[in-house]
Amino acid sequence: MSLFFIVALPFFGALLPGLMNSAGRAACGGVTFTVSLVAFIGLLTNLPSVLAGEVVMARVEWIPSLGLNFTLMLDGLGFFFAFLILGIGLLIIAYARHYLSRDDHMGEFFTYLLLFQGAMVGIVLSDNILLLLVFWELTSLSSFLLIGYWKHLPEGRQGARMALAVTGMGGLAMIGGMLILGQIAGSYDLSVILQNKELIQASPYYVPALILILLGCFTKSAQFPFHFWLPHAMAAPTPVSAYLHSATMVKAGIFLMARMWPVLSGTSEWFIIVTTAGLVTMVLGAVIALFKHDLKALLAFSTVSHLGLITMLLGTGTAFGAMAAMFHILNHATFKAALFMSAGIIDHEAHTRDIRRLGGLRRLMPVTFVIAVLAALSMAGIPFLNGFLSKEMMLEETTHTVLFGMPWLVPALATLGSLFSAAYCFRFIGHVFLGPVREDYPSKPHDPGSGLWLPPAILVVLVVVIGVAPFLAEPFVKLITASVLYGEAEVPKAYFKIWHGLVPALFMSIAAVVGGLALMAVFKPLLRLWETTPRPEAKIIFGAIVEAAASLAQKLILPLHNGAFSRYAAIGSIAIVAAGFHAWSTGTIAAPTREMQSAGPVPIAGWIMLVAATGGMVFLHRNRFLSLILIGIVGLMVSIGFVFFSAPDLAMTQFTVEVVTIILLLLALNFLPNRTPVESSVLRRVRDVGVAVAGGLAAFTLAYHYLLRDAVTTPISEFHLANSYKGGGGTNVVNVILVDFRGFDTYGEIIVLGIAALLIYALTETLLSGPVRAKLLNRLPDQPRAGDMHPMMMVVLTRVIMPVVLMVGFYIFLRGHNEPGGGFIAGLIVSIAVVMQYMASGFAWASARLKYPYHGVIGAGVLVAGLTGIGSWFVSKPFLTSDFTYVRIPPFQEFELATAALFDVGVFLAVVGAVMLSLESFSRLARRSEVPETEHAMDIDPSRDDPPEPVEPAKAGA
Amino acid sequence: MEFLVASAIGVLTAGGLYLVLRLRTFPVILGISLLTYAVNVFLFASGRLTLGAPPVLRDHMETYSDPLPQALVLTAIVISFGMTAVVVMIGLGAFLGSEDDHVDDQIEAPGTGAEDKP
Repeated sequence: MSLFFIVALPFFGALLPGLMNSAGRAACGGVTFTVSLVAFIGLLTNLPSVLAGEVVMARVEWIPSLGLNFTLMLDGLGFFFAFLILGIGLLIIAYARHYLSRDDHMGEFFTYLLLFQGAMVGIVLSDNILLLLVFWELTSLSSFLLIGYWKHLPEGRQGARMALAVTGMGGLAMIGGMLILGQIAGSYDLSVILQNKELIQASPYYVPALILILLGCFTKSAQFPFHFWLPHAMAAPTPVSAYLHSATMVKAGIFLMARMWPVLSGTSEWFIIVTTAGLVTMVLGAVIALFKHDLKALLAFSTVSHLGLITMLLGTGTAFGAMAAMFHILNHATFKAALFMSAGIIDHEAHTRDIRRLGGLRRLMPVTFVIAVLAALSMAGIPFLNGFLSKEMMLEETTHTVLFGMPWLVPALATLGSLFSAAYCFRFIGHVFLGPVREDYPSKPHDPGSGLWLPPAILVVLVVVIGVAPFLAEPFVKLITASVLYGEAEVPKAYFKIWHGLVPALFMSIAAVVGGLALMAVFKPLLRLWETTPRPEAKIIFGAIVEAAASLAQKLILPLHNGAFSRYAAIGSIAIVAAGFHAWSTGTIAAPTREMQSAGPVPIAGWIMLVAATGGMVFLHRNRFLSLILIGIVGLMVSIGFVFFSAPDLAMTQFTVEVVTIILLLLALNFLPNRTPVESSVLRRVRDVGVAVAGGLAAFTLAYHYLLRDAVTTPISEFHLANSYKGGGGTNVVNVILVDFRGFDTYGEIIVLGIAALLIYALTETLLSGPVRAKLLNRLPDQPRAGDMHPMMMVVLTRVIMPVVLMVGFYIFLRGHNEPGGGFIAGLIVSIAVVMQYMASGFAWASARLKYPYHGVIGAGVLVAGLTGIGSWFVSKPFLTSDFTYVRIPPFQEFELATAALFDVGVFLAVVGAVMLSLESFSRLARRSEVPETEHAMDIDPSRDDPPEPVEPAKAGA
Repeated sequence: MEFLVASAIGVLTAGGLYLVLRLRTFPVILGISLLTYAVNVFLFASGRLTLGAPPVLRDHMETYSDPLPQALVLTAIVISFGMTAVVVMIGLGAFLGSEDDHVDDQIEAPGTGAEDKP
């Protein structure tokens, strides 16, 4: 199966459990299992090529200009991890199906789980490191959802937030590191990067890149000092802990260190940072784990410790270390997932995970006992179980590792870590399963159904098989090691076997096991000592850091963002002025190249009207109705200016927009006070005049300067003029630019317009469903109303004129391609025709005759435009490529058919819908309770000031 | 002619700025409308001023006015309608909700504002 399918399947499959949720828990679990199983089988179909030592590749260009391509690669290492992710995933899904209670939303859980699975598979199969980063962040996000799955638990929410903060920060650092690495190597493809070891390690940017990438790996894999999030993530449901926090996600950091091993390792920086971090984590995690009373916390810290062990092995930079690390990943995944699932079973059955309340479960839960004990003994490093083998290899490796010039340091610390590790394993067995049966369990435990114990049992079978017959795993592990080494070193010859002779590692192992047993013997005094020793609490430190960062941000933002519009405007203006000043002081101003054109009396008259109207607005703006009339004059003058300066399309647009804007503002003014009160002081007004005049002068100077100078380079309009007819099939260049050359822009713009209209609709809905509704309904008009709500003259006239206006709109639309006109203008004209009906005949009358909701019209417009664009894909052209042809249907003349016209239909519909939806929303606010909705538009308003003489019923009858 | 257009832009800008600084919703909306005119004319003028040569291709015509700024301004005019409508709606909602059409939040004493919010 293609690698794309393996990665894509979980993502697409993630849709299914959510949909299947109502079909029942079995169906929901079943479909999830099937999705994973198909991906797993797909992976296995690639096994022969991987075994043959080939690297399976799949490649699709995504954003080649950024070096970001969808390139997938499957080699031994990738196969190993994908096998773990999908294989253990299958067991976890089966387990979770029985683990989750009836109150849990199973569809949601499995959706998150599959999203996570897809992201994880994506990481291990990525060949492009930018793609890898995308998947990396996806695992952080999906694990956030999974950890916080039980939203009602505060621990779950806090743990999820902490995990996201820590791994997210690490991810950010890693983005930086990966970018540096890609810059050094000249490519973001792993297959290229891995071949440039010398180049990368010689670069001065090697150390920053290394540190940033390691930050990402250490946070993800919970290495000291970032280990603290993992135990808090245990608030997640146990299947999540077993899957993410033992077998897969926390190994992502280790995977990446292994992936980058050929180019990053081998330097002293790598050795010191990675080995030290691993060693500290290993010992620290093991010590803390011993004293944890919560089963899952114990396992969490033991995971931290084992991750440290693997990190330390990778840090040594030797081939044998890498091989031991790979072997231990395999072993750890088997025994630790089994242990987590056992802990989940105990929690499920006994309703507690507190070790102090457990004990004696050996007799009550014999099946769980066997599974858990085998897995725990493997973790402790007891012979004939797989944990022993890799632990021996680790100890062997430490005897050759010299850190800080002290040859005894690493072996001693490793033995100490193993000692505590053995001790907590013994505590797990002894305090949970051994001892007398108690009477006070929160719930009397017994072995669960096979759905819960079978998945861990399968893993434990592997634990034993590998432990007894290590030669079965040997070729596989060596294959993986070969792809980790990537030819930088020989795969070690060492055989995997139980008995290596009386080597130092054996004595260290014996010391660890004996020491662990000894620790258990003195556990009670040790625990008292531990509990009286003051220790730094990671959660409190983390909380304090977050708190400090938040208060710093508040101090920074609150003065800038205090809710005063004028302050934001001031900040923006100052920035703009500063930028302008910089341009002015560094640039030069050339001499004028254009002659000033002489102006006749008509333009001067227009100018005077515009200036007078603007001035009038400034002086008379307190009278709001008057200022609406004045702004109408300004708009009209601007439209006329457009006609005058050879822009007929603009003039038509401006004119029609002017009409709808004024209607809109009138509707709004209905609810606002009619006058603006005088409140600003004289000083304040003088200051405002100063600002306004300065701004006006600046705008004038800028405009005046460039109007007298030609463009520095030839404008691209030359191209548009030359190709409008040849390429676009239209002679109206403005329209051809809109629907053809820059159709994509226009497409975006109609979407924006549609969104604006929907926003207005949504705000109206909010207003009408809130406390404002009653206020609006009972509002009394502040001015006397006209006696006839719907003047007969206006009603008749608008109805008669409606078809005429529609015809004009249609005509304007059709001529748009070759003469001034087009979809925008036609849309506005048709809107005006419809608005006239609302105005003349009333809201109720008009909306009763409305066949299509305006939302639908907007949607249809965007859809038509989009589909027109997509249509060009079918002839293998890029989005929105246009075409046209000339046809002749007798008896008509020859005429043109262009796909651009279809696009223009979309523009038309979107404009009509958006304008109408906005205006309709406003007028919905205007309805009042005491005015009855009437179907008969020419009724008399009964609520007017001087009601007509009531008609006597008797007279009416006579 | 150039002087007339440039000064019109300047006057529109000055008027718009003054009205915006009134800091009450309705004058602010009017001010923004004036600024919109100013910006649209300014953008349009970046194609320089040409008389009697609309960018509609004709035989035997050599020069046309610059079509690109016209196309850009055309959509700008329509979008600015959408923007004005949204701003009006927001202003209206704020006024109806609080009986106050000031644009700025009334400044609160430090320490009582956003810090106490959860």
